Amino acid sequence: MLDVENLNHFMIDILKELGNIGAGNAATALASLISKKVNMDVPNVRILEFKEVASVLGGEENLVVGIYFEITEDVIGNMLFVLDMDSAINFTNMLFNREKKDKELDEMDISAISEVGNILASSYANSLSSLTGLKIVISIPSISIDMAGAILSVPAIQYGHVADHALMIETIFEENQNLVTGNLFFLPNLSSFDKILTALGVN
Amino acid sequence: MEVNTIKVGMADLNVTKAPHQLTTLGLGSCVGITLYDGVNKVAGLVHIMLPSSKEIKNNQNKAKFADTGIEELVKSMEKIGADRKNLVAKIAGGAQMFNFNSNNQMLKIGERNVLATKEKLKELNIRLVSEDTGGNFGRTIVLDSIDGSLYVRTIGHGEKII
Repeated sequence: MLDVENLNHFMIDILKELGNIGAGNAATALASLISKKVNMDVPNVRILEFKEVASVLGGEENLVVGIYFEITEDVIGNMLFVLDMDSAINFTNMLFNREKKDKELDEMDISAISEVGNILASSYANSLSSLTGLKIVISIPSISIDMAGAILSVPAIQYGHVADHALMIETIFEENQNLVTGNLFFLPNLSSFDKILTALGVN
Repeated sequence: MEVNTIKVGMADLNVTKAPHQLTTLGLGSCVGITLYDGVNKVAGLVHIMLPSSKEIKNNQNKAKFADTGIEELVKSMEKIGADRKNLVAKIAGGAQMFNFNSNNQMLKIGERNVLATKEKLKELNIRLVSEDTGGNFGRTIVLDSIDGSLYVRTIGHGEKII
């Protein structure tokens, strides 16, 4: 697991850049999928205390969507995308090209979110792979819709082995009036993080 | 007297006396361990993240681990008038939020947290009177220091008092 407490600004910049390229690729993939222009903001890398993490997503009991992937091959770890409910609904509106829909997500929506989560995660993995030359394979997604605190306990626990903070890459995608804020937790294990830094020539 | 509900965060603990309440919100794979002394009406809650402080270098925060968290909670309760021999425990959480076929130990952390909690309670001779653990969903809990009842709330999996 990456040692958040001892990250210097240089390493944070690298993670930000990885996030930036990954999100750029993700936005391109998303745009070609829905045949529309998708804008994105420069990702925001945030290092949060455990107790702050849930508040970013509207509080511990707020309903959110989590999409979780396992990473294997040269880099071992996990990736977790978290969307708040508004973002998830906007996301399905974007995908199905429909006007405002405020009702709860149905099976079809969930399946679509999970699929697109897969495309976004692959975009990040591919950017990282092409920057580092490391082979990175992601698993099929596992999705959970539940309390923010409960879903975020998964990355928090993984970071908990080495730190009292978690690192999150926040990206905002925008298509027409549909704003989607995606929060990405990239969770390589410690030796894999070293491997990434070495591959990038910063270790 | 006004009843206060004291919030306990992740890797955190707190204690109180009747009539106040302790709560922790959105437990996932973490475990909420509540201890109660019904004679002196003293209640305590710790929200642990990991099973054992011995497996980890970064172990200063005692409330993060089942082993040191429970010990610390007992001490804190004794300080405000609890008697160790009266303590009974109720626990909740330890879910597995995401499912994979592979044998990923990280995902089974909820189960390991529950096991480690039970072992530590046994070691300290604290009786576990009830639990609501496992599954694949989050839980919010509220401990009432008047009678030691533990209220468990979920999204889509009902609510109950254990």
